[in-house]
Amino acid sequence: MAASSTTNFSARPSGRASTFWQRLRSGDDIAYVVTLTCALTILAITALLVFELYKNSAVPRHQFGWSFLVTTTWDPVAGQFGALPFIYGTVVTSALALLMAIPLGVGAAIFLAELAPMRISNALTFLIELLAAVPSVIFGLLGIFVLVPALVSIEPAIRSVLGWTPLFSGPFYGVSIFSAGVVLTVMIIPFIISISREVILAVPAEQRDGALALGATKWETTWNVVIPFAKKGIMGSIFLALARSLGETMAVTMVIGNEPKIHQSLFAPGYSIAAVIANEFAEATGDLYLGALIELGLVLFGLTIIINGLARVLVLTTTKKGAI
Amino acid sequence: MSPMQAPSPRPVSDVTMRSHPFPMQTVEEKKPAGELAKLSATNLVFHYGSFQALHGISMQVYENRVTAFIGPSGCGKSTFLRTLNRMYETIRNARVEGEIVLDGEDIFKLEVSELRRRVGMVFQRPNPFPKSIFDNIAYGPRINGSVSRSAMKDHVEQSLRRAALWDEVKDKLHHSAYGLSGGQQQRLCIARALAVNPEVLLLDEPCSSLDPIATAKIEDLIFQLKDSCTIVIVTHNMQQAARVADYTGFFLMGKLIEFDNTTVIFKNPAKKETEDYITGRFG
Repeated sequence: MAASSTTNFSARPSGRASTFWQRLRSGDDIAYVVTLTCALTILAITALLVFELYKNSAVPRHQFGWSFLVTTTWDPVAGQFGALPFIYGTVVTSALALLMAIPLGVGAAIFLAELAPMRISNALTFLIELLAAVPSVIFGLLGIFVLVPALVSIEPAIRSVLGWTPLFSGPFYGVSIFSAGVVLTVMIIPFIISISREVILAVPAEQRDGALALGATKWETTWNVVIPFAKKGIMGSIFLALARSLGETMAVTMVIGNEPKIHQSLFAPGYSIAAVIANEFAEATGDLYLGALIELGLVLFGLTIIINGLARVLVLTTTKKGAI
Repeated sequence: MSPMQAPSPRPVSDVTMRSHPFPMQTVEEKKPAGELAKLSATNLVFHYGSFQALHGISMQVYENRVTAFIGPSGCGKSTFLRTLNRMYETIRNARVEGEIVLDGEDIFKLEVSELRRRVGMVFQRPNPFPKSIFDNIAYGPRINGSVSRSAMKDHVEQSLRRAALWDEVKDKLHHSAYGLSGGQQQRLCIARALAVNPEVLLLDEPCSSLDPIATAKIEDLIFQLKDSCTIVIVTHNMQQAARVADYTGFFLMGKLIEFDNTTVIFKNPAKKETEDYITGRFG
């Protein structure tokens, strides 16, 4: 019965071909055209962006070729441009941020979704989502006035635990790759918490019941059943956080130190791609200098795509058989 | 035997004599000879917030028998089932009064995870974990530490055999459980529950989302399982209760109207409400 009514519904008047305008009136075709246009717009914007970056970076591309990506000198006066210190700064600050934000964020999401009373959970989540809406320059100020001094004061403690590694050697003046990583951590945690919480809340009650009915404790249920079920969504929240941290400009430039060098120590200052574009674009003179900054933009775009792609491959290969 | 056949006509005097109002006689009086009580509930009252879902249920579930609960939607049969292994505790504002005893032990004094290990449950919709077939079955024994790592393979096989699923899945144990059909998934869930060797298995409308063939397989399975397990099944389907159950309880509006031998309930019910429900006059 249901099947036949569906057929009738979609059947067109037989005997004569319906014109475009007649079909348009039915609504389905309008919806198709409108949504297709929306989808194509996104594609067009992305393509235009890449094309512009590519076109405007022609001068340095021809002059340096692929060596742009692997040389470390950034000397506008001498006309020498190498992107490696910025790539390093961008990747390392983002990696540091993820390293700290994933356990904190997922842990908080588990608490809010599984353990906290619903009213407290909703109130806290509202505050956390508010945090996600704070402009990044505010986080930069927070970094300069609060986080950096705080890190300077706890630096001996960090050094006493991790000082044996070359990563935490050398002098620490406050502004550094490490400080940028910490500021980024604070900025991306709200994304991880609020999305992961939603995903965990969306796990069907039957999954929890299934584990509890086998004699699992609440924690065993959460850890063995709920989190694996929500894993894909949690990964999605991490990707979003990663994309945000790779492209973060203002807060990073305020605390990273803005020195285009690669130091072994995370306590040393560095530079990131987004930060150098923001800082130097206004004063870039000449096609080569301007082109080099635009090429950095292209590199950042490529880097984001590559890292996201790698992360996706990682998820696909580590997801055990049997997972959804 | 068709459970839907009209009950044999009885003299009017007989009906009036039988259908005396609540409270019904205590369960002890009705306990048939030769049966051992596995679970017994006394005066069980259940509240969801301010709504009272169960009004003083007293009954016994006999060992190695299949007991079915029938009744219209919202009559409290699933709620009662969920109190037997305290699964109701996942519901906010749920409150229970009264007593349930499992082999002489008060279930409200047992550790809840131990109770649920002894009283397993299978739900309305198949709910396999997003893991492989093998890991689904092995999950319970692993968290309970009841089966050693080396014995796990045999144990999984044995559990799948008990659920009559082994032959269908033996070549794809490490594939996702989501690749199975609905009926297979439900038998997987039964196998998963059996893997912790429960003494009682609660089935909450286990066939409601399955086609008739898959339903028939589950019913066969229930019949085989009662040798090793005590089974309580909630069903919307009266024919199903008539086919699989030794004892049947009829629930209506939070009360246990009648509990007796399945044959008696379907052929010669004592209460008018039961008879009306069985003959399809409502519900």
